[in-house]
Amino acid sequence: MMLAKLLFYFFALLAVGSAVLMVTRRNIVHAAVFLVTTLLATAGIFLQLEAEFLFVVQLLVYAGGIMVLFVFVIMLVNLDIEMRAVRFNKQWTVAGALAFVLAMQVLTALWVGRKTFHLPAAPAALAERNTETVADALFSHFVLAFEVASILLLVAMIGAVVMGKRRAE
Amino acid sequence: MRTLLIPVLCAVVIVALLPLIAGYIVLVERKVMAHMQARLGPMRVGPHGLLQPIADALKLMLKEDVIPTNADRLIFWFAPVASVAAALVAYSAMPIGPAFQIADLNVGLLFIVAVSSLGIYGVVLGGWASNSHYSLLGAMRSAAQLVSYEVAAGLALVSVLLLAGSLSMKEIVQAQLDQGVWFVFYVPFGFFIYLVASIAETNRAPFDLPEADSEIVAGYMTEYSGFRWALYFLAEYANVIVVAGVATTLFFGGWLRPLTRYHDHFPGTHVELLDVVPAFAMIALALYCFRLAPRQPLRVQKRVMAAAGVKCVLFAGILFAALFGSDAVREGVHGAFWFLAKVGAYIYCFMWFRFTFPRYRFDQLMRLSWQFLIPLGLVNVIGVAVAIVLRERWDWNPFFSLVPTTIVTLGFAAWLTADKLELSGTDEDIAAESAAVLPGSGE
Amino acid sequence: MIPVSHYLFLSLALFAVGVVGVLTRRNVIIMLMSIELILNAVNINLVAFSRLYGSVDGQVFAIFVIADAAAEAAVGLGIILAFFRNRKTIHADEMDLLKW
Repeated sequence: MMLAKLLFYFFALLAVGSAVLMVTRRNIVHAAVFLVTTLLATAGIFLQLEAEFLFVVQLLVYAGGIMVLFVFVIMLVNLDIEMRAVRFNKQWTVAGALAFVLAMQVLTALWVGRKTFHLPAAPAALAERNTETVADALFSHFVLAFEVASILLLVAMIGAVVMGKRRAE
Repeated sequence: MRTLLIPVLCAVVIVALLPLIAGYIVLVERKVMAHMQARLGPMRVGPHGLLQPIADALKLMLKEDVIPTNADRLIFWFAPVASVAAALVAYSAMPIGPAFQIADLNVGLLFIVAVSSLGIYGVVLGGWASNSHYSLLGAMRSAAQLVSYEVAAGLALVSVLLLAGSLSMKEIVQAQLDQGVWFVFYVPFGFFIYLVASIAETNRAPFDLPEADSEIVAGYMTEYSGFRWALYFLAEYANVIVVAGVATTLFFGGWLRPLTRYHDHFPGTHVELLDVVPAFAMIALALYCFRLAPRQPLRVQKRVMAAAGVKCVLFAGILFAALFGSDAVREGVHGAFWFLAKVGAYIYCFMWFRFTFPRYRFDQLMRLSWQFLIPLGLVNVIGVAVAIVLRERWDWNPFFSLVPTTIVTLGFAAWLTADKLELSGTDEDIAAESAAVLPGSGE
Repeated sequence: MIPVSHYLFLSLALFAVGVVGVLTRRNVIIMLMSIELILNAVNINLVAFSRLYGSVDGQVFAIFVIADAAAEAAVGLGIILAFFRNRKTIHADEMDLLKW
């Protein structure tokens, strides 16, 4: 029990800390490294919540796939000018206010619902055969959404190819 | 605490032994290369170069640690460590025999694939941080190559998952025991795709473009030296062992003995005939060492060779003694032996390919994955799925239901390669062909 | 046991950081990465609630979110590459061709 708590707070601190670093770094590659750290810490939290399949998907798709794509593009467009350019635009006040309002809203919601938030022990079936349960839900109840997601990915793939293609001179 | 003790012990043993094993794989590779090229290879340090890895490790640790002036120091430091960490974490789900596994994860196979795919950050970031064109080129090549071949490897793994019905490494081996056959015989094309993709994923020849020495010096490792370079090297060989372990577990029955179903006992005991093979193999190796020992020129070398022989005798003794232990002990020790033997054979194939095939060009490499391996993998997966339906719905014989799959995949492979084979013909062929098609242009 | 609210706080923090990142950075790639951060925060929420209600639906949704993030990253990075090729910049406030 103690170990679970320790793990959660470790991963939570790691996630938030590297997220803040990611947003403030001047160097894009450093930002990408910190985002990967956040994603890995989140994966740890998924594991701690006994969502094993999602943990692996997070590692494989997010950290191992999407972020590699990001790093790849960063290296294609990496500009030395970036190191000297102004990092932030002039929307600090708007952004701060928006984030604050959002945080207040969620905090109010949390305060109102604070009685209902005790995490029960995971039902045995859910923890034991996580992959099978997820697959069952995915291919029975959510099968339409699954197909829509596959079409979305196909469209995105075609879109990316069209965007990345050099126009014939 | 008790539940944590054995996994932690396993982890410590693996982390401690891996550099040594990687070093000796390098030695074997150099020896194999040398003998394939009619040379002798390392012969000076120890008898037949047996102590060469230790000398190399010492040299690497004592070398000056150079950081290029304009390098990004933080990432330059971090990249090799990330590479090694990713490679080592992958071992936590690898079953080296039924008893020796750090954690039997529910999603073990996906975990290994996912974690070893993280190792790419070490390569890409290291290449970027060096602030050198060759390094960056190597890093970009590596990223593109890994992403492409991961898809092909994933499709190959799916065909096995369909047959085994589980993602846990242990249960995949158990499924092969229950079905009585290694999956390589069920899905030969899955294995073929994985074999090619795993060579590409570990950046080894003929797909070693990220570190192609005749094109981009040493690729992402160009600016690295000393201990950091050794870390990259360790990560590379650790990754080779990981893919070999995955292939062994998925396609070659993991820790299972060949002919698992053959049970004949020595009269009067419960010792099986075939279980004695490992011990005898070790004794044969020991005898070979003892025969070589007196022929060494120096006294030290004689002693080292004899010590190697004694070690083989020791291994033989352990393997033999385990036969008379309880079932768990016997399966643990012999399982580990068979697993490591199969991994060794797989790595030997890697070396063989390295010294046989010429290096690919980068566009050929990409085309091989996207236009050949991935379509082939898709057809293979569909075929296996159909075969499983046939097996479960209409009670077909599992082996014969998979034969059409293999034939269809083979036909598809032939169709895919048909026009490319023409393209790769000699200039005379192409000229003759265009002459036939366009009269007057053949002059 | 850790109460669900702690997971929600974590998610909130990541979400707020992501929002600030999207709104304040000039670099389009970092803006895209901040969006990934926001999606990630949503995933933590979904999984925590999935655990709270003992149902796997939240995890399924998280998988859809990840698929969506992959699609978004592919198209977004494609646009950035095309834009960089034409204008040699990846700063959002310099993407003002339509303001003419």
